[in-house]
Amino acid sequence: MNSHLAMLEAEAIHIIREVAAEFERPVMLYSIGKDSGVMLHLAKKAFYPAPPPFPLMHIDTTWKFRDMYTFRDRMAREAGMELIVHTNQEGLDQGINMFTHGSRVHTDVMKTQALKQALTHYGFDAAFGGARRDEERSRAKERVFSFRDKQHQWDPKNQRPELWDLYNGRVHKGESIRVFPISNWTELDIWQYTYAEDIPMVPLYFAAERPVVEYDGQLIVVDDDRMPLEPGQVPEMRSVRFRTLGCYPLTGAMESTATTLLEVIEETIQATQSERQGRAIDKDAGASMEEKKRQGYF
Amino acid sequence: MTNAVMNTDIESILTAHANKDLLRLITCGSVDDGKSTLIGRLLFDSKQIFEDQLASVQRDSKKWGTTGDQADLALLVDGLQSEREQGITIDVAYRFFSTPTRKYIIADTPGHEQYTRNMATGASTADLAIILIDARKGVQAQTQRHSFIASLLGIRQVVVAVNKMDLVKYDQTVFLDIEAAYQEFAKGLGFQSISVLPVSALEGDGILHASSHMPWFTGPTLMDALEGATPGSMGHPVQAGENDHGFRLPIQYVNRLSSDFRGFSGTVASGTLSVGDQIQILPSMRESEVTGLITQSGEADTAVTGEAVTVTLATEIDISRGDVMVRTGQGQSPHTLDAFEADVVWMSDQRLITGRQYDIKLASQTVGASVESLAFQYDINTLDTQPSETLALNDIGRARWRLARPIVFERYEAVPALGSFVIIDRVSNLTVGAGMISAPITGILGDQATNVVWHEHRISKVKRAEQKSQRPAILWFTGLSGAGKSSVANALELALYQRGHHSYLLDGDNVRHGLNRDLGFSDEDRVENIRRIGEVAKLMADSGLVVLSAFISPFRTDRDMVRALMDEGEFIEIYVKASLETCESRDPKGLYKKARSGEIKHFTGIDSPYEPPSAPELVLDTEKLSIEACVDELIRFLKGADILR
Repeated sequence: MNSHLAMLEAEAIHIIREVAAEFERPVMLYSIGKDSGVMLHLAKKAFYPAPPPFPLMHIDTTWKFRDMYTFRDRMAREAGMELIVHTNQEGLDQGINMFTHGSRVHTDVMKTQALKQALTHYGFDAAFGGARRDEERSRAKERVFSFRDKQHQWDPKNQRPELWDLYNGRVHKGESIRVFPISNWTELDIWQYTYAEDIPMVPLYFAAERPVVEYDGQLIVVDDDRMPLEPGQVPEMRSVRFRTLGCYPLTGAMESTATTLLEVIEETIQATQSERQGRAIDKDAGASMEEKKRQGYF
Repeated sequence: MTNAVMNTDIESILTAHANKDLLRLITCGSVDDGKSTLIGRLLFDSKQIFEDQLASVQRDSKKWGTTGDQADLALLVDGLQSEREQGITIDVAYRFFSTPTRKYIIADTPGHEQYTRNMATGASTADLAIILIDARKGVQAQTQRHSFIASLLGIRQVVVAVNKMDLVKYDQTVFLDIEAAYQEFAKGLGFQSISVLPVSALEGDGILHASSHMPWFTGPTLMDALEGATPGSMGHPVQAGENDHGFRLPIQYVNRLSSDFRGFSGTVASGTLSVGDQIQILPSMRESEVTGLITQSGEADTAVTGEAVTVTLATEIDISRGDVMVRTGQGQSPHTLDAFEADVVWMSDQRLITGRQYDIKLASQTVGASVESLAFQYDINTLDTQPSETLALNDIGRARWRLARPIVFERYEAVPALGSFVIIDRVSNLTVGAGMISAPITGILGDQATNVVWHEHRISKVKRAEQKSQRPAILWFTGLSGAGKSSVANALELALYQRGHHSYLLDGDNVRHGLNRDLGFSDEDRVENIRRIGEVAKLMADSGLVVLSAFISPFRTDRDMVRALMDEGEFIEIYVKASLETCESRDPKGLYKKARSGEIKHFTGIDSPYEPPSAPELVLDTEKLSIEACVDELIRFLKGADILR
């Protein structure tokens, strides 16, 4: 047990088992991206040969790429896990979208509020998330077991001390814990592990000719006809791929010819742009992620 | 993306990268030592900072920075908005960087005094500590504090970075003096390796590259020192020489797939296990044989320390979460006991209360537990120990724990995963402290090998008083005859009784007629009188009572003798003050008249001196205050002193 990946893997499995042992009703948030893929793979290992003893849940903004939905259903089926899909119906009825209302409102209503609705509705007392500490500055201070009050809010100044591998999962009714088993993984670790373990990935991570438009300074792939185009704007076919996957109109693609996992990893090692630059959401304000997390965003 | 890059052998790069090992470290120092800058420098120089993050730091530098036009690297590390506003780090942050052979996880913890708990948190998973010293200031109290906490949490490798060498003109003698002072101080801390290095994080001297400003220094750079350190198993400090401990697997989860598959899952705390081994389950002592092992890499023949495994057994025996699996006949078993002694770091605003029921979580075992008594508290600035009855936020002390049932444990030094625990408040659910077991306790008087002598009764003074919502104390009323001692003390006792407190009043009526009836009023007898009253009062305080004593007790040395019997803060001297004229005019028992007439000899104030207290805790001037007002003042004082709760 010398390699850092083996140690990170052991740590994550320990955390996942701890949750299964101590909580009444855990759930694993599944976002279809590569971090979710690694987390799901770790959960399968933790309980092998049994399937993981909790459901997967996808908070669906309805703005994901079509490839992602297909992939999601396949992964849940193969893992032998129940899949819960939740959409904020109210938000959908109000026609909330990022074009009209901006990414801030869209994210709040269709992701943050939707997640809170689902957690309350199903009475989950623990929810796994695939967040990593290297993603963003406020994440670096988050615990592995992150306490949320009855309103699902995070108080960064009042976190429980976390020592050794001893996690305190005690909650009162209505309170919950967000659990981040891959806290200590970096983006490169995720890629290496995905390669070493041959974990399936959504095809969008690999370069292909796709119809793109420039929107807000980013390359946006037009996945369906909901994308509003400027008069005269025509999507052009370019060889692009994604470093990170969110709602398609919010996720910028990068020009690339990397069509295999090895080529993708190669690009990552050479990367000079950090991963979250592809996400419009982080640029809103200096400490915007901290603010969203306080309110209950993952 | 150039062709040259694409043509490199990605697989071999990946293989090399996948085979990196992992070193976890903690950085200790305050914002003034340039700690965040040092970490920023490590990340920056090892190319871990992506360009857009740097751009955002440059934006932030203009807003919050302290480095003028240079990008303030500290802002990479100070993540929370409030931290950036205050310019201090307030919580543990985790940072990552890697070199061609090693991945690093940095726990970055703030240095100021109130954040001992954060440092203990960061240190609990670290293999190595970087301790920052400001070259202009040298070894400070906080340096000692950081070193002590690192040592207490089991860290055995220390790198001391003497930072800001640029501000002392890269002077070698400054560095050598600090190095010598640190080595001297750190002698007793049990570190196995100490590297003291001169650096300037701001300028990058001695971090990744040897400094051209300090040709006199031939030792390693900071990065060299990190690359040369020994990594430990994830989450637990390196314990050289302890690797030969037997196999220990705390059962974390029972995997019941079907009637024909039952697996026992957990992370190996120490040792190795192979298929075919005979095992024993503690505390039940049931035995079986290993028929299968599922490790992280699939079915395997052997599992080692740190691996997450699932074990299957030949026979169906009852095993549940919290049990510990060991190999049969392999040296000494872990302890299965309901008491131990442990060093405790207190992490809550609500102080530790002896006798209160907490829950502790140790490996996968959770059990009700209470502190019977504290052996001592550490002064973390001087490393001295002193007696203590409680621990407040950020205090560290050694406590004797009693558990609701026996659990399986080891000394922290031997097997960290079975010797460390967190303390959870049963009502708030908060983690209020953490502990490291120093010794098992097998009998009422404790383990003699530890050299800690436990004189206290099993139910301590504090525990008894806790039950009554009070802190034991002696309220020593002194003053002239007729000053009002007995009246005030009686009224106070009534008020205490009405509030549900448990007290007892010693005065001439119940002492002079019994215990001390053989004593007269000579100076010798007066001394003996007070001595006996003092001893009785102490016994009563030991039983948890608030003891009121109302005697003239004219001599300062006698009162001080009683004070010396008690712990700090337990002897409350109350000077009931009234002039001789007033007392003589009150003369409630006609004693002054008899003294004046010579009928009584050695009467205080007449023909025997009264020495008023030089620094009483409280003065009650009965010429100005009514009895009720005196009682009000006393109650206020007792609450303020935490004697009444």
